[in-house]
Amino acid sequence: MNAATYDVLIVGAGIVGAACALECARRKLRVAVVDLSTIGGGATAAGMGHIVVMDDSDPQFALTRYSQQLWRELRAELPDEVEYVECGSIWVAADDEEFREVHRKQAYYTERGVPVEVLSSGDLEKAEPNLRKGLAGGLLVPEDGVLYPPCAARFLLEKAQERGATIHLGPPVVDIGKGRIRRADGSELDGGAIVNAAGAWSPELTPGIKVRKRKGHLVITDRYPGFVHHQLVELGYLKSAHSVSSDSVAFNVQPRRTGQLLIGSSRQYEADHTEVDHGILARMLERAQQYMPALAETSAIRVWTGFRAATPDKLPLIGPWAEDSTVFLATGHEGLGITTSLATARLLTDHLLGATSAIAREPYLPSRTGSMEHAHA
Amino acid sequence: MPEQIAVTVNGSLVVVAPGTSVAAAMMRAGASCRTSVRGEPRGPLCGMGICFECRAEIDGILHSRSCQILCVAGMNIKTDA
Amino acid sequence: MLVVGGGPAGIAAAVSAAQSGKRVAIADDNPALGGQIWRGETIHSDPSARAWISQLRESSVELFPGARIFDQPAPGVLNAETMDGSMVFEYGKLILATGARERFLPFPGWTLPNVMGAGALQALAKAGLPIQGKRVVVAGTGPLLLAVASYLNQRGAIVVAICEQASLATLGAFGLRLFEHPGKIAQAWGLHRELARVRLLTSAWPMAAVGNQILESVVMSVKGTQQRISCDYLACGFHLVPNTELAALVGCRLEGGFVQVDELQTTSVPNIFCAGEPAGIGGVDLALVEGQIAGLAASGHGAAAEKLRRQRAKLQSFARSLEKTFQLRPELKRLAAPETIVCRCEDVTLSQLQPHGSWRAAKLQSRCGMGPCQGRICGPATQFLLGWTPDSVRPPVLPVKLRNLTSESHQPKGELTSVM
Repeated sequence: MNAATYDVLIVGAGIVGAACALECARRKLRVAVVDLSTIGGGATAAGMGHIVVMDDSDPQFALTRYSQQLWRELRAELPDEVEYVECGSIWVAADDEEFREVHRKQAYYTERGVPVEVLSSGDLEKAEPNLRKGLAGGLLVPEDGVLYPPCAARFLLEKAQERGATIHLGPPVVDIGKGRIRRADGSELDGGAIVNAAGAWSPELTPGIKVRKRKGHLVITDRYPGFVHHQLVELGYLKSAHSVSSDSVAFNVQPRRTGQLLIGSSRQYEADHTEVDHGILARMLERAQQYMPALAETSAIRVWTGFRAATPDKLPLIGPWAEDSTVFLATGHEGLGITTSLATARLLTDHLLGATSAIAREPYLPSRTGSMEHAHA
Repeated sequence: MPEQIAVTVNGSLVVVAPGTSVAAAMMRAGASCRTSVRGEPRGPLCGMGICFECRAEIDGILHSRSCQILCVAGMNIKTDA
Repeated sequence: MLVVGGGPAGIAAAVSAAQSGKRVAIADDNPALGGQIWRGETIHSDPSARAWISQLRESSVELFPGARIFDQPAPGVLNAETMDGSMVFEYGKLILATGARERFLPFPGWTLPNVMGAGALQALAKAGLPIQGKRVVVAGTGPLLLAVASYLNQRGAIVVAICEQASLATLGAFGLRLFEHPGKIAQAWGLHRELARVRLLTSAWPMAAVGNQILESVVMSVKGTQQRISCDYLACGFHLVPNTELAALVGCRLEGGFVQVDELQTTSVPNIFCAGEPAGIGGVDLALVEGQIAGLAASGHGAAAEKLRRQRAKLQSFARSLEKTFQLRPELKRLAAPETIVCRCEDVTLSQLQPHGSWRAAKLQSRCGMGPCQGRICGPATQFLLGWTPDSVRPPVLPVKLRNLTSESHQPKGELTSVM
């Protein structure tokens, strides 16, 4: 079997791999994307599809904001089945302490040009009548949105194919390095550069990178149009995402365009199996019911799990891998893969072409040290 | 003669024999049960609680499987047509 | 011992198991026992049903109608949703008698109201749908069509035609094989007389259901020519598919789509048994025999179960010839047009499915199978049309109220205490 030569070989046809494929193809690189039998079959299939600006750290803000704006620019081209809706997010504050966090976020975002609006307790009730009474208020971020990731990944890949990219689905990739990808059936592909965009499975291809599986659960209900209008996230979410070792749940509800409610979220480190974990599912739903009591009576039609690719400092790995000059990483996106896929693609392609980037890219370099050992407060 | 049961379907009174399912009552009233994603009217398909085409609002509870629920006097049944 | 399913197999299993003196219960998702074949008044009118119900009443079996089992959170523990809450069952031995459902094949217009399964129309009629004087076309395949036509006929419906996709020759061969099963002859003869005036069309299948917002007529292909028949209801089902979801959830191995069982109806999980349709479509007589074997085996009386082996073997041979006779013809794969809806929950058409190479890819891209039926209707259709196998089962195996997935809800309520 002859090995074809490409400029870029991308391992992973999830949202990140797809975005990278399109960006590389757009900039005239010859691209091959490699994955198993289903595109977007990993976290892309399992996740919520939330496009959200986050401010855990300045670099996280920079990346999510840059990427969110890229999605907004792209929205007109997105086909109907991608279900992009700019519903906005509301960060929900349960008490005064969390409401102080609302003000802090408001100041942070306003300084950086992100439109936000502080909601009082009464405002929140009007905006989301199904939230329980007595919450302190929230922060509305109107430019956040939601979409349906598997179709988004497919759209990006199709656009890449229109520009000459090829997609190779089939046997798993077993080895990458020195400009070559080898698959389980012995077939090989050669390329100038290899991008590891394999998400939760990226450490299997590039041993030593600090990416760990972080399991999540989601529940989707039948259709309840008008039940919730914005993506709702409790401010305690940050406490959950912060924890680096224990299992945690947080209230997170998304309206789908269909009227179905998507309910999360959970995080577990030491769980390698895909089975539904009844204990953490129960905790997650109890938390959701605490914020939205009427959820109790909704019809839950499906439950599933997925693995996020988590890094110690909650920032993805984007850029060259020091141990092999042909290998680049685009992985470790944890719960922000959908949001930051487009910006990741921009930065990654800038690296490949030696071009300057719209934002500073040092914080995401795989070679960064120090911050990779300590969680960012 | 066993006492008949009166329920309302989309505001109209329907009188049925005991042991009548909500789905049967809706069909008697000429109502479809639900409207599909593309706007088609739908009625029961499987009759045994598996297909979910018979979902209707019963006494305020959405997505009730009407073929598995027996009529009770005073029930308020609504379709989403 | 917990029996899941209160149809013939489940009742026979529970009665047989209760003879041992062990604590036995039946949980069934319907408000009343009988499953599908003994639904409604049949459980009182059918002699065999009456005999079994009478034994059930005299036994110590506890009954939990309306308990919809949706999850096994730990080995030996099942969560069920009830009409007003939820409950937990704990079992030492589990007997799965979850029956079968009809197979639906899409064709233009099949989503019109008043187009439904064959057993479905019978079930609705038993639940109060008026059918006297209504024109009904019964179509699809399988012995269920005759049983349904007979029932409808007896209750004053006008059964305009029975349209069986199998050919006359195939049915004739099956008829000859009936002579090997004397009991079936009487049954078949009874039906034959009953339906003497009803048109039976063979090599016949629906090409389209037609109507404005509701069914008005059907276009049938009969031996290659088209016939339009005006009707009020189209009762159309293409034989049966086993309800194996719960078996898969609790870890039973499936083979060829059925639950794999041994001579004593034991599944691949040592304390779980399976009887009736999920182990192979075979009708009520086989279900009763398998139910008895499962009940005896589960209660430690495997030796007594040995005596039923010959009966089962004979009935299984009948079941095999049944399967062969009512095999789906390849022409049925072309009934659906590109714009025909295949997934009714999400309104996904055939043309939206065809580009994909697998059930999972199609599901992710089109949302086919992501609706509340969890692929129970579109799964068998796509399996026949496109050769796809559905993916693995996850809890909950049916939609449940969200609160039943939390730990607070699982307190036993009232007299519905758990444990056995």
